[in-house]
Amino acid sequence: MRNTIVSLISIILGLVAGGILMLFIGSNPIEGYSYLLQGALKNLERIGNTLATATPLVFTGLSVAFAFRTGLFNIGASGQMLVGGLAATAVALTFDFSRPILLLVMVLAGLVAGALWAFVPGLLKAKFNVHEVVSTIMMNWIAYWTIYYIVPGYFKGEFLETESKKLAESETLRTPFLTNMFDGSYINLGLFLAVIAVIIIAFIIDKTTLGFELKAVGFNRFAAEYAGMKVNRNIILSMLISGALAGVGGVALYTGNASSIQIGILPAQGYDGIAVALLGANHPVGVFFAAVLFGILYSGTGFMNAMTEIPPELANTIIAIIIYFAATSVMIERLLNKFKARKSNKDKSGPVVEKGDS
Amino acid sequence: MSYVVEMLNIRKEFPGIVANDNVTLTLKKGEIHALLGENGAGKSTLMGVLFGMYQPERGVIKVNGQEVKITNPNVANRLGIGMVHQHFKLVENFTVTENIILGSEPLKGMVLDIDKAAKRIEELSKHYGLNVDPHAKIEDISVGMQQRVEILKMLYREADVLILDEPTAVLTPAEIDELMKIMRNLINEGKSIIIITHKLKEIKAVADRCTVIRRGKGIGTVNVKETSEASLAEMMVGRHVSFKVDKKESTPGEVVLKIDSLSVKNNRKVMGLKDFSLEVRAGEIVGIAGVEGNGQTELVEAITGLRKAESGTILISGEEITNLPIRQRNEKGISHIPEDRQKRGLVLDYSLVSNMVLQIYNKQPFSKRGLLNYSAMKAYAQNIITNFDVRSGEGAASIARTLSGGNQQKAIIGRELELDPKLLIAVQPTRGLDVGSIEYIHKRIIEHRDKGNAVLLISLELDEVLQLSDRIAIVNNGELVGEVIASETNENEVGLMMAGVAKERSI
Repeated sequence: MRNTIVSLISIILGLVAGGILMLFIGSNPIEGYSYLLQGALKNLERIGNTLATATPLVFTGLSVAFAFRTGLFNIGASGQMLVGGLAATAVALTFDFSRPILLLVMVLAGLVAGALWAFVPGLLKAKFNVHEVVSTIMMNWIAYWTIYYIVPGYFKGEFLETESKKLAESETLRTPFLTNMFDGSYINLGLFLAVIAVIIIAFIIDKTTLGFELKAVGFNRFAAEYAGMKVNRNIILSMLISGALAGVGGVALYTGNASSIQIGILPAQGYDGIAVALLGANHPVGVFFAAVLFGILYSGTGFMNAMTEIPPELANTIIAIIIYFAATSVMIERLLNKFKARKSNKDKSGPVVEKGDS
Repeated sequence: MSYVVEMLNIRKEFPGIVANDNVTLTLKKGEIHALLGENGAGKSTLMGVLFGMYQPERGVIKVNGQEVKITNPNVANRLGIGMVHQHFKLVENFTVTENIILGSEPLKGMVLDIDKAAKRIEELSKHYGLNVDPHAKIEDISVGMQQRVEILKMLYREADVLILDEPTAVLTPAEIDELMKIMRNLINEGKSIIIITHKLKEIKAVADRCTVIRRGKGIGTVNVKETSEASLAEMMVGRHVSFKVDKKESTPGEVVLKIDSLSVKNNRKVMGLKDFSLEVRAGEIVGIAGVEGNGQTELVEAITGLRKAESGTILISGEEITNLPIRQRNEKGISHIPEDRQKRGLVLDYSLVSNMVLQIYNKQPFSKRGLLNYSAMKAYAQNIITNFDVRSGEGAASIARTLSGGNQQKAIIGRELELDPKLLIAVQPTRGLDVGSIEYIHKRIIEHRDKGNAVLLISLELDEVLQLSDRIAIVNNGELVGEVIASETNENEVGLMMAGVAKERSI
């Protein structure tokens, strides 16, 4: 509840700050925001595209949030997405299954690839205490260059060396029923996968013994060890699940939103996942809504730019400011406390101090 | 008589709890005033009010006869009130001087004037007999020395009233003596001191007057000279407290724990425990006496599985467990009250409910096929909380971090005893507890023994080892010096053995 309020206030403050920026460059913020919203939500197609933009972010947000609950900082979602996307693309281009089976195998391949990519940092952390921030970033670049080598070598596109061969429509997560419902949008089955992932992860974290253990390890690994939990196994497991989520995010991005995978690009969605997780307070449902918000900002910005003088970079700026406020949520909480104290007309606040032994 | 501080009829509420209810405390100039109360009685809260961390709902605070409103710690500092918190607030990799001037750095033009500050700190240190090196780094000096840095910090800020929150909890006996000397020096120089504690011995030794609070209510203020430890304890707890541990003769049964020539490495990768052998039988309490760092930690961690044994064997009821994982050892009936409750004992960000099932969350009825059953967990936790009188703001749903240290300890002990282990390993089980709770915990440990279980007690408090144990094993430098029967020995004999002097008579 409290987290929700803090996140909402961060968003409002971010939007206000963005409005002030628009004023500074001589534009009308109300006009700007109205075009931004129109661009994201004006018609069914745009709504579909917004949700599709949000889909990979849901996965990477979940990925980061899940690892974070176990006390791990997975910055490797980008690389895990890449290998997930590559695995799914490879499956689609190699095998000739019927569509349902092909899609299932593609998703599973992406899931396994992402999980394996995160398994390496997990193992290094558990066995040699290598910090996962370092190793996941290094794995990002290994993924980057692996794509560089494999795509032109084995899955070269018809016209371009720099991207894989285009998947046929029937080999992607796009489906006529969704495309028609959203007037030709590139929205795809990835969205359903994302919703399912949110539910499964929320369930694991809150309701299962696995979640109980993972959180215990995240909060205090010494106490977890004392209680007989296998700390190292949990670290590896958490990284596996985190990587699997990002891997499926890659499947949704490269075989759902797009139909090919390019070389030389580390997907920004991996890093955005950190921001999504932060704004969503590391809670699966929070992550979902944060991702949708990011989707709106990203997909509305083009229309805003076309209709006004406001540059498209403003969306990134607003997101950055929102993250800034979310990251300094302590300040917002303090403001809330003050506000409450004034409202009840009685000074009950004061900083919350940990109680000592008494 | 002039009072430097008067706190009159203070009332402070927190959600779900009245921490202070009509408490009055007056501090005379030049006295050491003890504030005595059980764990969670509201002592820290009351001092928090004086130091400006909390605003009271009702009541008046006067400093030097003038009514004041202390809205934050800076105001308190300006009024000459300084506080040494139980957990020190020092920057580890700064020097003493840098820590002390933090927040009020002296400038020479545009740059810091460290030398001037260091000189002043040296003078202060000499004047009050603190013996602190202003250029030493915090991480290099002992806990006792760090505490003196905190005291210096207040003196540097010209505080006249010093609040010490359980200053002796972290100190060794020698450091405690030293601290008491320092406190007397401070009084002679015209400072006034409030000391928060629940150790009656220290109050008798050093305090002039003592104010007692019980469950948030002010019970009264007494002159320490005219009262006894027993009556202080009675005021604090509200009933008669026996200091003697009351227990029957032990009836040792079969061997539960058998340690055979066990060697364990310590954190510095050298042998911390060497060729150690010991037996603990059902129905007896075996105490380990020794100066801190003589192999106790290594012994406990090897038995519980937190540390690898280099050689030797450990058997539980005849079954070897030397290389088993921790969970399997727990399932064989080992239970462990850890030395460091915040590091090992609790997940501080978990609720009490979750903490109470920390080892058994994966067993029925708390979970079934991997799914947690919160209502079963809650009922189980509630039971422990009631039995062990764990006090918290929101009952079982309270986050462990919000509990006072004593109540955290009670929760851990309750959890471990509730498991009904064949072998209970209790490390410093009553650390940080008040006399009432100590009495209760001792009673429960003896009850556990009388039910036919084995108890291994490790304590740095010799009194506790002597009173509670049936048999005492003395360690020195990682080696077993000898074993004695508790009823046939005394403090001197054990003390000598702790220093490494082996005894001819053996059992």
